[in-house]
Amino acid sequence: MTIIIESTLRYAMPLIIAALGGMFSELSGVVNIALEGIMLLGSFTAVAVAYLTGNTYLGVLAAMVGGVALASIHAVVSIRYKANQVVSGTAINILASGVTTMLARGLWAEGGSPPIQRIPDLTWPFRITPFVPLAFLLVALCHWFVYYTPMGLRLRAVGEHPKAADTAGISVERMRYFGVLMSGVLAGLAGAGLSVGLLSGFEEGMTNGRGFIALAALIFGKWTPVGACLAALLFGAATASQTFMQALGIQIPAQFLLMAPYILTMLALAGVVGRSTPPASVGIPYEKGAS
Amino acid sequence: MGNILEMRGITKRFGPVVANDGIDLEVREGEIHALLGENGAGKTTLMNILYGLYQPDAGEIRYKGKPVTITDPNRAIELGIGMVHQHFMLIPPFTVAENIVLGHEPGSKTRLDRAGAVEKVRALSQEFGLKVDPTARVESISVGMQQRVEILKALYRGAELLILDEPTAVLTPQEVQELIGIMRRLVEQGRTIIFITHKLKEVLRIADRVTVIRQGRNVATLDISGRGAPGPVTPPTEAELAALMVGRAVSLKVEKGPAKPGEPVLEVEGLECLGSRGLPALKGVNLTLRAGEILGIAGVDGNGQTELIECLTGLRRPTAGRIRLRGQDITRLPVRKRFELGLAHIPEDRQKRGLVLDFTVAENAILGRHYRSPYCRLGVMAWQQVTAHAQRLIRDFDIRPPLPGTRAGSLSGGNQQKLIVAREIDKEPVVLIAAQPTRGVDVGAIEAIHRRLVAERDRGRAVLLVSLELDEILALSDRIAVMYEGRIVAEMPAEEATEETLGLLMAGGTRSGAEGGVAR
Ligand SMILES: Nc1ncnc2c1ncn2[C@@H]1O[C@H](COP(=O)(O)OP(=O)(O)O)[C@@H](O)[C@H]1O
Ligand SMILES: [Mg+2]
Repeated sequence: MTIIIESTLRYAMPLIIAALGGMFSELSGVVNIALEGIMLLGSFTAVAVAYLTGNTYLGVLAAMVGGVALASIHAVVSIRYKANQVVSGTAINILASGVTTMLARGLWAEGGSPPIQRIPDLTWPFRITPFVPLAFLLVALCHWFVYYTPMGLRLRAVGEHPKAADTAGISVERMRYFGVLMSGVLAGLAGAGLSVGLLSGFEEGMTNGRGFIALAALIFGKWTPVGACLAALLFGAATASQTFMQALGIQIPAQFLLMAPYILTMLALAGVVGRSTPPASVGIPYEKGAS
Repeated sequence: MGNILEMRGITKRFGPVVANDGIDLEVREGEIHALLGENGAGKTTLMNILYGLYQPDAGEIRYKGKPVTITDPNRAIELGIGMVHQHFMLIPPFTVAENIVLGHEPGSKTRLDRAGAVEKVRALSQEFGLKVDPTARVESISVGMQQRVEILKALYRGAELLILDEPTAVLTPQEVQELIGIMRRLVEQGRTIIFITHKLKEVLRIADRVTVIRQGRNVATLDISGRGAPGPVTPPTEAELAALMVGRAVSLKVEKGPAKPGEPVLEVEGLECLGSRGLPALKGVNLTLRAGEILGIAGVDGNGQTELIECLTGLRRPTAGRIRLRGQDITRLPVRKRFELGLAHIPEDRQKRGLVLDFTVAENAILGRHYRSPYCRLGVMAWQQVTAHAQRLIRDFDIRPPLPGTRAGSLSGGNQQKLIVAREIDKEPVVLIAAQPTRGVDVGAIEAIHRRLVAERDRGRAVLLVSLELDEILALSDRIAVMYEGRIVAEMPAEEATEETLGLLMAGGTRSGAEGGVAR
């Protein structure tokens, strides 16, 4: 039993942190499908910096900085230049995949890093990476931020009805920059959690769709921190049980369980499993003068 | 009383459109100042400039005697200027209190003081006699209360000069009465109000002074109530105001003879359907429309009118009931079949449902018949016919500019509406459903559209007129039905209807109560 819980938590951790990142961006009204790319860059940066400096903690910090840098491209393109946010996000995903591959090959010839020093595991109550409790701590912090601070109220206002927020004297641009950059911090951190928390090295394309699953968790969790966290745990459990069932020799095609997050999310969006409504203005650039 | 506000030579262009062309406006402290003008005259633009949402291309603003530059709404709020927008600026899933304090929340940076916000809203609501429920979600309260929330929002921010942009457009007559009371109270407490409208009656009823705006220029400022005026004043008449507003004499009355109703052509029985949120929107609607009459459906927005039209035109599926067109059951027929059987539809939202804005006038003029001869032969468009047809409509309905190749989106609202009316009438329908046929169009176009609707009636067509404007319902209808919460709650010949009776019925009152109320 503990094995299942432990492996659920391990699978869920990067999803939780990245979903929280996605939440900041989407609540402010900017779609962020670049989570995948930002996570990948975070994974790479953490390992590269740890490899070059010998300090893994510095690597984690660098991952967040790298995440912000990449997210800032998305922010400028979609907020300043009001470009299509899905196109921008897709471009960033492609960019991140190319850049990390190129740099990794330059750095390590093979394209993958040699094993590096991980962030040491906790020993109590489980033997598990500290990123897991950190993820839960972040869920609590984000919940408090979104629902119990003025900034949280303003963030949601901007994503729901930017013009109303504007007339109330809130800067829509500033709040959206904040939202997108926060998604960079958190998705970068999620990437680091994967490469130097769970694993101990970088491999090309190692996030392998986790950014998209995090986005699915966010939607399935109705754009709330606690909901996203529970959804991520559910998706984590699906993946964990798959490994477990294989070990027991139960024949469920692996692909089926891998599809589970996406199917559940589509059902949620279609209103079959509890209606999920996005912030009303997500994805729509805000034009100041437009009536 | 001195001037609290002076705007001089305000000019604002949007591309080729000059929305404000050197407007001057002076507002005295403590007055209710009406800003009167047709749709598109530039009233909202002028006020958006005052509220810091737009920057003027030229002109200056003096507030309390000092020149000011209003860079953004925050600056306006600092100065003590508050604005209630025509389209409310409220966030539906937030509570009333959250909406009011948004941007100026009580508590610290790290703690949103919800209880404090509710307290403040209670206190404010008591002080000004504006009843609201601070903990209710905005999406679940009435339009009237939403408006009070908007006013409180401005007062919470310390507004001394309050701008109300077309505040009566969404209200029932009784709610309008209540709003007037609120405005008077605010003025007594030392606030100043700028009140935008395109309704003449309201100006004469509410305002101390009025500034009339036409095509981006101010044409006159007149005393109405005489309050604060140096000598005795003779207020202008409605007709004088109308002439100033439009720039020529206009007839405010619709000329129409008595109706000669014939056979019933549209019969609706026990119609029920669900609204967009999945809740019942129609709860058993019965009505009969005869050839040669105009049946007006009055009601406050959101009482099922939209859903009724959608069920009739085939855009929404009824859950119960029947619709018959000339005796034939059309309840389950697809949209195109209904139109082929003689239904025509002027939709309430001309830009979303009436026109394809990126298509030309000619293309829009055949929408719905584009697949038929003579516009289409063997699956190929016959463009010559299409253009010829458009030219005919343009001539008959005076659509400007008279160019079939113009993009529909670039026409003014009035001309867009005339194009739709032309297209639908040209189908020679048995039943014409006209939903808000004159919403947001200028007085000239209103006159033209009203005359066409009456002409169609006189040619023996049946017209179902759905409108939120009581004046329009009263002016055009032969019979009037009132919709309230998904039902027709009353029906009467137009001669028996008055604004008061209809207003009470629209607010859910009973007919005897309504008549009793009038008698007293
Ligand atoms: N943001 C905008 N962009 C382009 N044109 C605009 C904009 N706002 C208003 N206009 C145009 O300016 C004119 C005046 O509009 P408005 O001030 O809204 O009139 P009113 O409030 O008197 O009905 C109209 O022709 C309108 O189409
Ligand atoms: Mg306006």
